[in-house]
Amino acid sequence: MRPALAGVRPAATAVAPGGQWRATSSRWLFAAVGVMVVALVLLGRRHGFGLVEYLQFLVDGLQAGAIYALVALGFVAVHRVTGVINFAQGAFVMLGPMVTITLLGQLGPLPLGLRLVLAGILASLLTAAVGMAVYRLALHPARNASLLTRIMITVGVYVVLQGAALLIWGPRAYVLPAFSTLQMVDRSFLVGDVLIKAQTLWIWGVTTLVVVLLALFFERTVLGKAMRACAADRLAARLVGVRVDTMATVAFALAAVLGAIAGIVFGPLTRPAFDMGLETGLKGFVAAVMGGLVSFQGAVLGALILGVLETLWAGVTLAGFKDLFAFVVLIVLLLIRPHGFAGSEQEAEGP
Amino acid sequence: MRGRLSGSTVGFLIAAALVLAIGWLEGTRPGGVSLPRLTAGLLTLDLLIRAGVFTIILVGLNLLMGYAGQVSLGQAAFYGLGAFFSAILTVKARNIGIPDVVAGAWWWAWVVMVVGAVIIGALSYLIGWAILRLRGHYLAMATLGLGIAVFIILRENLGLPRLNLTGGFDGVVGIPRLRIGAYLVWPVHRYFMLVWAVALSTIALGLNLVRSRIGRALRAIHGSELAAESLAVAAPRYKAQILAISAALAALAGSLYAHFQAAVVPATFGFVPSLQLVLMSAVGGMASIWGAPFGALAVLLLEELLRTKLAVIFPGVKGEFEAVAFGLLLVLVLLFWPRGLTGRTPGPLRRPAAAKG
Repeated sequence: MRPALAGVRPAATAVAPGGQWRATSSRWLFAAVGVMVVALVLLGRRHGFGLVEYLQFLVDGLQAGAIYALVALGFVAVHRVTGVINFAQGAFVMLGPMVTITLLGQLGPLPLGLRLVLAGILASLLTAAVGMAVYRLALHPARNASLLTRIMITVGVYVVLQGAALLIWGPRAYVLPAFSTLQMVDRSFLVGDVLIKAQTLWIWGVTTLVVVLLALFFERTVLGKAMRACAADRLAARLVGVRVDTMATVAFALAAVLGAIAGIVFGPLTRPAFDMGLETGLKGFVAAVMGGLVSFQGAVLGALILGVLETLWAGVTLAGFKDLFAFVVLIVLLLIRPHGFAGSEQEAEGP
Repeated sequence: MRGRLSGSTVGFLIAAALVLAIGWLEGTRPGGVSLPRLTAGLLTLDLLIRAGVFTIILVGLNLLMGYAGQVSLGQAAFYGLGAFFSAILTVKARNIGIPDVVAGAWWWAWVVMVVGAVIIGALSYLIGWAILRLRGHYLAMATLGLGIAVFIILRENLGLPRLNLTGGFDGVVGIPRLRIGAYLVWPVHRYFMLVWAVALSTIALGLNLVRSRIGRALRAIHGSELAAESLAVAAPRYKAQILAISAALAALAGSLYAHFQAAVVPATFGFVPSLQLVLMSAVGGMASIWGAPFGALAVLLLEELLRTKLAVIFPGVKGEFEAVAFGLLLVLVLLFWPRGLTGRTPGPLRRPAAAKG
């Protein structure tokens, strides 16, 4: 473990009381978000956008936000238990749909719907195995190294996984069928004048389910509680008999599954390719930072807000600047409030 | 020092002699002997020039990461800003209303290069005040975000598509060669000597810097910022200064790269190049100025080997393996060889040898 039975740095492990949501201290952050929304809406006036357009942005934004939320939860799970920011998370997001597509063609004569479900589950499990391997092979040996070294290692792992994907699947983009129609073309509904794709409903449904299951896992199961114990204080967790290394491995598996699911439900809306992980991974990371990196609720909220604001931003400015938004938000957020909606101040700026 | 040459001075003289020798060899090619022939095609001036350019950046990066302990995952942003600053102001001077008399003169490119480095350094000084308050991985994230943001802005024509300054994905082409009066710093062996003259000067600057008051302050900050501040080391100022220096050096390297390649595209300055710089820094040894040239050369040589030899070992594979090998290498170096080639860690403050007389 860490070199420090005598003095575990509180900075590395400190979590706000239970990593819980602290509404009072983040009130002004919501004000900032509100100001941003008003500014973006005002910018949109020159395009002559009406209520319908804004509702459409909201729907699209919440769809993107739900994806980011799943990715962000993976970042938070790993960070809370190990203290590391796992930049390989994006690779899990890419592996999910890519493996699913490959398995889809291998599962023989079963009906397509069943094959899709099976392929998705197998792909998630396989990605989980990759996640555990990443921890065991790359991060566990470096557990005494500096934080920078460990973060750089995860970056290296990302590059390896993406390169491996390029070797296996080549540079071309693939197609994952939409869940409802099992074809490339998806069904969509008009609610009023707002267009909602069936896949969007799937994304919302799956994300909600995952978040609920995750909450149950952390609240009700012994494993989940042990992981929370590690997050709160690794040394204390060890003292009461929690195997911290095992918990870290589980956290990586969990993060990998979350990433894979995010990639799979997002798959039909994009064209999965070996390099799809970087962007989605980084956005999820920004969302996690918005939540302070320690709070699951904060991460989900951050992701939804990021998704909506980003879509709004892309709508009212140049389309090419869509990706810029997240990183500008990241920098500004880190500067004005490094601990996000929740989380501890020490962790960001402590001694 | 008196009467005896220090290790660094000797290294310096050897490096300078090597540069001159290679420059002379490639310039005259006596009896058909050339560098690629002597080294079985491994060493080329192209590779050495790129190594020189990276050395300039790495000296700054090592000062920032190895000495001051401040992480930067976005150093390629400054490199890219420098490259595009030179590219735009030499190729598209007319688009932004600079008269031909000025833009056509031989000294214009040099002025642009220096002014670019100064502006980008000053800019990063301001950024540094804000961003270097952050510690550990928060700083890593902020610099990563900064790097990607700059890359997107370059790719999207600075948000001004009508002016088309950065050329979007395609970048800027037709960047002129450097001249001193009528003397063209080209063919390539002349440019090689120019780049390495700058690189060696940068190394000299770095060596002097780490032995100065600033260098000691930086190492103190690395050890413990709180302790340093309690001893009246103005940590924020020093950190911002060193970021400014490293950014200016990266910008200078970018300008040199632009005039060498004669074309720049945003992809050269994205996220992965930033990582490549960190890898070079780690391989060379972060806490060492001399680690810069060794790290740059080692990584570039290895990439070259991978590119040329892998296809021989595994027939049929193309560039794909490069990325895998690159990532694996980064992980392995960090895991098993954290001190790098020069084997130096920042370590405790020692009384500088020179002080003993």
